Amino acid sequence: MEGFYMKRKHKESLTSLAILSPSIITLAIFVYGFIGRSVQISLLDWDTFTKFIMGAKDYVGLENYIGLFQEERFQTDLWNTLYFTLFFILGCLAIGILLSLILNNKPKGSYFLQNLYLFPMAISFVVTGTVWRWIFSPGRLPNDPRGINLLFERLGLGSLQWGWFTSTFSFLNFNVALIAVIIAAVWQFSGYTMAMWLAGLRGIDQQLIEAARIDGASKWQIFTQILFPIQKPITLSAIIVLAHVSLKAFALIYSMTGSGPNNVTDIPAVYMFEATFRSNRYSTGSAIAIVLLAMVGLLIIPYLVNSFKEE
Amino acid sequence: MLLKKSALLSVILMVTLMFVFSFSALAQNENEVEIFSWWTGGGEEEGLNALIDVFNENYPNIEVINATVAGGAGANAKAVLKTRMVGGNPPDSFQVHGGAELINTYVETGMMEPITGLLEEWGVKDKFNQQILELSSYEGEIYSIPLNVHRGNVMFSNKQVLAEHNIEPPTDMESFLTVLEELSQTDVVPLALGDTNKWTATHIFETILVAKLGAEGYNGLWNGETAADDPRIREAFVYFDKLMQYVNEDHSALTWQDATQMVRDGEAAFNIMGDWAEGYLKTLGWTPGKQFGWLTVPGTKGTFMVITDTFGLPKGAPHPENAKKWLKTVASLEGQDTFNPIKGSIPARLDADKSKYDVYLTDSMNDFAKNTLTPSIAHGSAAPEGFITALNDNINGLVTTGDIEGSFEEFQKDMAEYVR
Repeated sequence: MEGFYMKRKHKESLTSLAILSPSIITLAIFVYGFIGRSVQISLLDWDTFTKFIMGAKDYVGLENYIGLFQEERFQTDLWNTLYFTLFFILGCLAIGILLSLILNNKPKGSYFLQNLYLFPMAISFVVTGTVWRWIFSPGRLPNDPRGINLLFERLGLGSLQWGWFTSTFSFLNFNVALIAVIIAAVWQFSGYTMAMWLAGLRGIDQQLIEAARIDGASKWQIFTQILFPIQKPITLSAIIVLAHVSLKAFALIYSMTGSGPNNVTDIPAVYMFEATFRSNRYSTGSAIAIVLLAMVGLLIIPYLVNSFKEE
Repeated sequence: MLLKKSALLSVILMVTLMFVFSFSALAQNENEVEIFSWWTGGGEEEGLNALIDVFNENYPNIEVINATVAGGAGANAKAVLKTRMVGGNPPDSFQVHGGAELINTYVETGMMEPITGLLEEWGVKDKFNQQILELSSYEGEIYSIPLNVHRGNVMFSNKQVLAEHNIEPPTDMESFLTVLEELSQTDVVPLALGDTNKWTATHIFETILVAKLGAEGYNGLWNGETAADDPRIREAFVYFDKLMQYVNEDHSALTWQDATQMVRDGEAAFNIMGDWAEGYLKTLGWTPGKQFGWLTVPGTKGTFMVITDTFGLPKGAPHPENAKKWLKTVASLEGQDTFNPIKGSIPARLDADKSKYDVYLTDSMNDFAKNTLTPSIAHGSAAPEGFITALNDNINGLVTTGDIEGSFEEFQKDMAEYVR
């Protein structure tokens, strides 16, 4: 009897391995294999098409990485990523949480609004980028404003007009042109934070909040002392997801502003694409890819380790 | 259990069959020819279709597979083509700019067949402008056939705007600055620019570079006769920086079409652009010489900044014989005179029928026959792609920062790194 059980268990695990094996094999080749290949290319000197074709393996060590970090464009890219990620996450959290708190009280039409706010997430970044490009195209100030600047003029708010994503002003390495892109990205993803928070809020025991209210807690206190701590894991998950979305904002930037005047809206992903496919600098492109991967890893791995421990 | 096994087996079988069929489908039809290009926009698509019609009349049994990849100036198509060439899946013939884009990328790496023999066999080699064939040549062999020619160093103007402000078209570089200064006192934009895709600013810069170095000096940059630290190059940066003070403020939000449209709408006086802008102005309902004028960019008279689309024969093309027939059509007078009037460009052959072309294009054809040709950097003919992107970034920075010395230094560094 014992033997039969063992045999059956063995067979089961074999079956599951068989079922899993296609995805394991494809993952191994198309994800980890190619990551390995990118690492290898980033250590070679394949920065012309001829060298790429000839495929000679002349390793140059970390030269491509060192060169990259010395480049002004890449430094700008890193600053842009930092500020973009920061304001994007803060914006999505602030607006998303606010919306979820409002909708949690089930005001009239809350189901409709819930879907309305979540809807932008279903749209591709390219569409968002194209539309917001029209909105934020500044036109020629002051005589011929376009888009949102024209709206400001009609509303008598002419003093709010400015160059949006064409502005080259920068403050503490923050290129203000990014504001336009951040608004577009927050518009698209704050609904996601709202949905996550709303799901969490609906699971909280109402008695808890009632009790706090009886004890005389203000709304703000309920939020900071009860809701926010309970929702911490959800908030953390949202931050992780948003952070890696922000590193992959290629499609949004590419369709909305491109790298901009003097790279004010450039990000590493756009530079990676241009280095690899426009200028045939395959090794530099691979190095950027690996830096990006490391940045995502920096965000994701602690999260994975943490959730693994919890399990 | 048996059921599961057979289900798994049938899935595997289906996948295998799909693979087999998809591969065999690629090599099945012998009577076709695949032509790869990025001609999907207004005018160019019609031109290509008309050329395909000419081909079909002569070779009714061969089906043309028109493989196009959309995207301005072939930005996306070039990446797709590279992947196909490297992956050993070349089209039968493909559009490529003559010069570095062809030679540096595909000829030096041994991916193209020489076609000098074919041109001699068809008796058309001496019908072409010999300077333009040189752009397609490497170590004495010709590798592609130029179909059309665009001119880069052209400046278009709104005649009404100039008349309203009593402006005479400038004749030299100094008077150009004076005219721009006068216009800047009015409410029109003196010089329209739309550089959201970067290359348009480089396009202006390269014409200034020709103006300062002269055609000889400019061509010398690419064969090493002109030094990268030549003081005249610095002058070009200085002059370019001056021009940038007269462009529209929202230039980085606009494309070249938007900039040309500004001239059309009377918002701007001048626009420096390749003569595809002439075709665009015509689609917007204008007649050359009537509503808009043109002149060579001040300082570049006698020079023809050339952008040429060519077709060649890749090694390992699936239907090389059909590809040769396509090339013969491209090289033929009928092919060139069918495609070019529609596309709004001029033929690379010098014996074309001038009555088929409008007043601007005829003027351009006359210049093409007698001017010194200079290959364009921005459009891939002069220098390797690595240099082009580096220069685009450099100029893009200069437009914003005005750091002439930094840009001049960067220029020398990039020349050393990518050109020689």
